[in-house]
Amino acid sequence: MVELTINKIKVKAEDNMTILDAAKSVGITVPTLCHLKDLVPSGACRICSVEVEGFRNLVPSCAYPVSEGLVVETNSPRVRRARKTIVELLVEDHPQDCLVCVRNKNCELQDLAERYSLREHRFHGESKEHSIDISSASMERDPGKCILCGRCVRVCNEVQKIGAIDFTNRGFKSIVTTPYDKGLNVSDCILCVQCIVVCPTAALRERSSMKEVSSALESRTKFAVAQIAPAVRATLGEEYHLPLGTDVTGKLVTGLKRLGFKKVFDTNFAADLTIWEEANELIHRLVNNEPVPMFTSCCPGWVKFLEHNYPDLIQHLSSCKSPHEMEGAVLKTYYAKKLGISPKDVFVVSIMPCTVKKFEASRPELTEEKLQDVDAVLTTRELVRFFNVAGIDFADLNDSEFDNPLGESTGAAAIFGTSGGVMEAALRTAYFTLTGENLETMELNAVRGTDGVKETIIKIGDKELHVAVVNGIGNVREILDQVREGRSHYQFVEVMACPGGCINGGGQPIHQKTDKVLQRMRALYEIDKKMLKRRSHENESIKTLYKEFFIEPGSHVSHEILHTHYHSRKK
Amino acid sequence: MHNQIFEKYTKADKSSLIPLLQEVQAIYGYLPEDALTDVSEYVKLPLSRVYGVATFYNQFRMSPLGENVIRVCRGTACHVKNSSNLLFALEDALNIKAGETTRDKKFTIELVNCIGACSIAPVITVNDDYFGRITTKDIPSIVKKYAGKTKTNGVTVTEEAV
Repeated sequence: MVELTINKIKVKAEDNMTILDAAKSVGITVPTLCHLKDLVPSGACRICSVEVEGFRNLVPSCAYPVSEGLVVETNSPRVRRARKTIVELLVEDHPQDCLVCVRNKNCELQDLAERYSLREHRFHGESKEHSIDISSASMERDPGKCILCGRCVRVCNEVQKIGAIDFTNRGFKSIVTTPYDKGLNVSDCILCVQCIVVCPTAALRERSSMKEVSSALESRTKFAVAQIAPAVRATLGEEYHLPLGTDVTGKLVTGLKRLGFKKVFDTNFAADLTIWEEANELIHRLVNNEPVPMFTSCCPGWVKFLEHNYPDLIQHLSSCKSPHEMEGAVLKTYYAKKLGISPKDVFVVSIMPCTVKKFEASRPELTEEKLQDVDAVLTTRELVRFFNVAGIDFADLNDSEFDNPLGESTGAAAIFGTSGGVMEAALRTAYFTLTGENLETMELNAVRGTDGVKETIIKIGDKELHVAVVNGIGNVREILDQVREGRSHYQFVEVMACPGGCINGGGQPIHQKTDKVLQRMRALYEIDKKMLKRRSHENESIKTLYKEFFIEPGSHVSHEILHTHYHSRKK
Repeated sequence: MHNQIFEKYTKADKSSLIPLLQEVQAIYGYLPEDALTDVSEYVKLPLSRVYGVATFYNQFRMSPLGENVIRVCRGTACHVKNSSNLLFALEDALNIKAGETTRDKKFTIELVNCIGACSIAPVITVNDDYFGRITTKDIPSIVKKYAGKTKTNGVTVTEEAV
């Protein structure tokens, strides 16, 4: 412990703290832009500058460690002047189009301009111009709005370990872009868009699907249906200032009905269905000595990563489509037939926490009779815009129930939205299928939480099942290298590209609250806990579905409709 | 593909990046995309990082040079002697901007911060030939002189009359 003085307040701080942390611990806010918690400070933007007694220059507080007797001033006239000038310079080289910007009112640059009372344009100079990259199905890149804080570059390189984008050129010409400034669609980007979640401005943003969805809702011939991913119900409330981790399932169903969706279904239904198929596939692989470990295939970012970087391991990927694709496929086959509607009139909209799902929906492999399984994907953020346009006061909505038969689900499906959830759900059912009995404990704490790699051993009869959960794509290479070299002892591995799983997906509400991952996780585990049925194989609607349509898991017809294949993207 | 270069750099990490890029450029005259991909795999860095380093330094080129490289000095002495006018005249004569190469691949114009020949400012060089104390009027004849022939290797200092 050391003692220092900040703004004349005596502060006790841990040795490894920075001035920024120490100031925060006594309720002093120092603005930051380039700073990202838990990563090595870069000190690039200088907005966190403070004055330290005895130092000639201002000091970046995010990068400067505390020491005994330091005397710091975070709000001196000199500090305020320096910060204001930094903001002014950033604002002058930024498009002045806040009113028509997707990040209007949720922009860190705008907040700083407000905080430092910018009331005039003091500087006039050249502005950087760059075309917008709209090549990818999931996201747009607008370097004109980039303030070069480097947060996206560091998330991509240091957290996700993809390295799809980096700083190029130098000085005034420097921009964050892909190799050879090519479109993201031809880069190694897996579209997890953790970069969007950390971008302070609208330089990185999702590719909006609002137009397609609007016209489907207005169309007389289209039968527009919505499905809601497990993770969305735990986060959407944040956009309406509800506490982190509020479950808004019932309100969501009401809101979507008000928007004009004919039916609102639950992706959790298909999550249960995925477990039936995936548990069956796992057992089949183990019995027939087919390649193990089997990797889950729910996360399209992870699938894309494997296709780019380890195409030789594709046969390890489960052939199951991801839940929302399964839901779409069932809607366009079984359900359309049941209702007597033509599958081409069914317009399936997935409400997802994720932008890669937009890319996934456009994959040519995921179609029935040349019709996409899912027609459009809206992120949590886009749905909020829909509600706002329609004048829906979300927080005041009553609860409604999902439509059936694709609305019933178990607790196992609810936890799909968090890292470790798919594993836990699959084990609950696989154990039952193999032994005819249920696992003793429902909660598998070993695969819960925020560690990078979580592993455990499940005893099934006289056999042991080694499983691992990879939380964040940045942790996966080590495990893949083990499999490639034949050193892996796992039989089943879950991988989610985003740290924390879908609850921290790239389509979720954007804010930098530090406990968001844990709170959202907790919300999903609460939903699971409250359910009467917590095992996918107890879902009655799915039993009916198999009886009437798919016969049994892994049958020929389920392979046609619920399974898919992958291909190498290695250049 | 570039194993003969890589052999010299046994340390296959980021510390070898810049020397490797220099070697590649020495072979091709620029950094072709394939070679950059090979380098990035060898030093175990993402291609975006390798491309970022290559575009940061002026010494690296991402496209091939023309047969004749015209370097216009934009140092202080030459600037005072109106070297910007020489640049505009060259850009007009060749119909390209500084940093670009003509479509027939005959000429490339580059900017140099100081050529080290301030006593004869303003200076341009064509390949290894120096042209000092020139004015815009001299540009057409200099361009013409090289338009017909390929790269010269001898060093000749040509001092045009003022």
